[in-house]
Amino acid sequence: MNAPIALTAARPVTDSVVEVRNLDKIYAGTVQALKDITVDFPRGQLTSLLGPSGCGKTTLLKIIAGLLPASAGEVRVNGKVVSGPGPERAFVFQDFALMPWASVIKNVTFGLEMRGMAKAEREEIARRSIARVGLAGFENRYPHELSGGMRQRVGLARALCVDADVVMMDEPFSAVDEQNRRKFQEELLTLVAQEKKTFIFVTHSIEEAVYVSDRIVLLSPRPGRIAEIIEPDINRDGDTEAIRRHPVYLDTVDAIWYSLKTYLD
Amino acid sequence: MIVFGRRIPMVASLLLWAILWEIIGQLQVTILLPPLSSVVMRLFEIVPTASFMSALGVTAYAFIVGNVIAIAVGVPLGILMGRSVIADRLFLPWVNLFLSAPLTALVPVIMVIFGLGQTTIILTVVLFAIWIIVLDARAGVRSISPSLVEMAHSFGANRLQAFTRIYLWAALPEILAGIRLGVIRAVKGVIIGQLLVSIVGFGALFKLYGSRFLMEHFWTALLVLFALAFILAESLAWLERRVDFYAASRG
Amino acid sequence: MAEHPNQLEVEPAGFALARERSAGGPSRKGALLDRRPGAATRFFTHPVTLRIVSAAALCLAWQWAGTVPISPAFPTFTETMAALWAMLADGSLFAAFAITLQPLLIGLVVSAILGVAVGVAMGLDERAEWFASPIFIVAQAAPLAALIPLIVFAYGIGLTSKTLVVCIMAMPVIVLNSFAAVRHTPVSLTEMGRSFLAPRRKVISRIILPAASPVIFAGLRLGCASGFIGAILAELLITPTGVGDIITYSRSIADYPSMYAAILSIIVFSVVFIEAIEQAEVILFRPEKRASP
Repeated sequence: MNAPIALTAARPVTDSVVEVRNLDKIYAGTVQALKDITVDFPRGQLTSLLGPSGCGKTTLLKIIAGLLPASAGEVRVNGKVVSGPGPERAFVFQDFALMPWASVIKNVTFGLEMRGMAKAEREEIARRSIARVGLAGFENRYPHELSGGMRQRVGLARALCVDADVVMMDEPFSAVDEQNRRKFQEELLTLVAQEKKTFIFVTHSIEEAVYVSDRIVLLSPRPGRIAEIIEPDINRDGDTEAIRRHPVYLDTVDAIWYSLKTYLD
Repeated sequence: MIVFGRRIPMVASLLLWAILWEIIGQLQVTILLPPLSSVVMRLFEIVPTASFMSALGVTAYAFIVGNVIAIAVGVPLGILMGRSVIADRLFLPWVNLFLSAPLTALVPVIMVIFGLGQTTIILTVVLFAIWIIVLDARAGVRSISPSLVEMAHSFGANRLQAFTRIYLWAALPEILAGIRLGVIRAVKGVIIGQLLVSIVGFGALFKLYGSRFLMEHFWTALLVLFALAFILAESLAWLERRVDFYAASRG
Repeated sequence: MAEHPNQLEVEPAGFALARERSAGGPSRKGALLDRRPGAATRFFTHPVTLRIVSAAALCLAWQWAGTVPISPAFPTFTETMAALWAMLADGSLFAAFAITLQPLLIGLVVSAILGVAVGVAMGLDERAEWFASPIFIVAQAAPLAALIPLIVFAYGIGLTSKTLVVCIMAMPVIVLNSFAAVRHTPVSLTEMGRSFLAPRRKVISRIILPAASPVIFAGLRLGCASGFIGAILAELLITPTGVGDIITYSRSIADYPSMYAAILSIIVFSVVFIEAIEQAEVILFRPEKRASP
């Protein structure tokens, strides 16, 4: 095979929403999951955390979300140090984390309700958000009546309607079949373009990361460190279908594969 | 629980309860609860006696025979129900009914038919143990992967071979779980049976101790019974975990 | 059902019902049963047909065994039904049930409230678990019926003793199921609650308790079954009252049809009672089960 083409180097970030500084995470006093992570997440863009299993990408995401404490270092969101979950961040879970006893609309309004919003108002917002993810008409259904793809749309609607600056997604499409995943990826691009939000996206799929990301943070495993930061130079304004045939897309996928291969057993 | 960074094992709290018991006993709050220390002293005194050992022996005999019958009947019946739709529909409603029915109400029936003796107690054990064994064996067979059965047939296994080489083994984790739960129910069955018959084993001992108000004796018998039941349940659970890799690898 | 986070096979007892439930689903060994039956075969293997056949077969077997008779103490099915009818007609059965149900209902309500509270506390707090769980684990495995003579010494032969018997029989399984249910709340659901800014109190009331409720209810049903065992045992062992009195008295005068009828009635009643709890659970707490697909 040919030698890998050079990756497009990351530009310095000027306006970052999330700043991670010298972050360490040690589990149970012995297992080092993350080591000295320093990275910025630029405003209004989608940044992926990509790496093989065991590289700590989900751990990093949960620390940013305030769900896990860091062992050392700090995370700042909009300049403020993170000490727990906050209203400026919303989370989309890998296994959807829907409450099976609650209807779609009750699941979607959960975040708004916890913020003390009145019922009529929060349902109004939730309805718009549900329509936004293409589930209009399913408001009173229950999670078990929906397909996996639809369930993740509910999870997404819940994260969108709290109107957070940062939306964090933990392998959101991994429990969804291949066809639906592709559709999701295309819709995600439209969403990123329309919403003025910052997205942080965890995935183990190289193709998915290159397809959706403005910026890819490549993590190496045991302990998780930053291997590389890549900004694929792909114009995403036009036809979303064309991206997968874009030469830069194909080259970047190849280059990342070469880079990651060295970490596999 | 973790105190000052140290993990304190779960059983340590039993020690705490034992101390509490001793204190209440020493304070003579109630005549019903003698101090633990005197109960333990009594333990060494009466456990070796002939009457206690014979009560234990009689109980163990009824318990073992009852369990053997329950397993010998229950497992094949469960496998049959798992395999045959007709057998399943004929028996399942009754198995479910008896699983949650107040079986103590049926003990008098056994008593009037079989008299006040070992047979009644053995049948009580069977009555308590068998239903969950049937149900779990059935669930085990139903969860066998179809490809495993197809494999057996495609390699030319006949019915008997398929049964002894595939069904029994593939359903083993559930069968064992059922047997463990059945045995735990059987412990309760054998004591309930003896209490109601009241002239056999511990039933007779309790009656004797009760009528003479021998509280230390009473607690000794309880302590021995509870300890044996607990050890039995835990060792069965340990055994079950050892075959658990089946269930895991079977997916 | 597959996605429901709480269809866990948890404690020894919770296990039984969860398993029974999952086994009730569609058979996975379709390949074995894939024969194409004719209309006649379909009629004979239809669930309703087989259920009727099964019930009829049992009644016939009972009738036959009573006619032989396999034992002088074994009445026929028809004799038993006649006795049941007589007891229903003169109201004696209702009077007996009214007495039997007193300790049973008081005991079950006390066990349910106390048991769920203790179990949930153990699930939420590690210190509570450390302190209480060994006691209940031993109690779950031990033949607690052996405590009955002691309870009689302490509280006499009245309602208190019988209620206590129901409690000690019903409580361990309720506590252990509630504990396991709370402890096994899916981590992603509690994380979801925290990440959407629910305070601890709300995480418990809105996420942990609803998520745990199916297994808690399974524990309550098992607790009720044990409570019935305890109530009958108390009436047979302590003093004959209520249904236990009918059983004991008719046995002593060799009126076997009445004895069998009383036993049959209490078994049927307990099964219906536990079924009613399940229905109540669905109606009150499980909107997703009522929803039509």
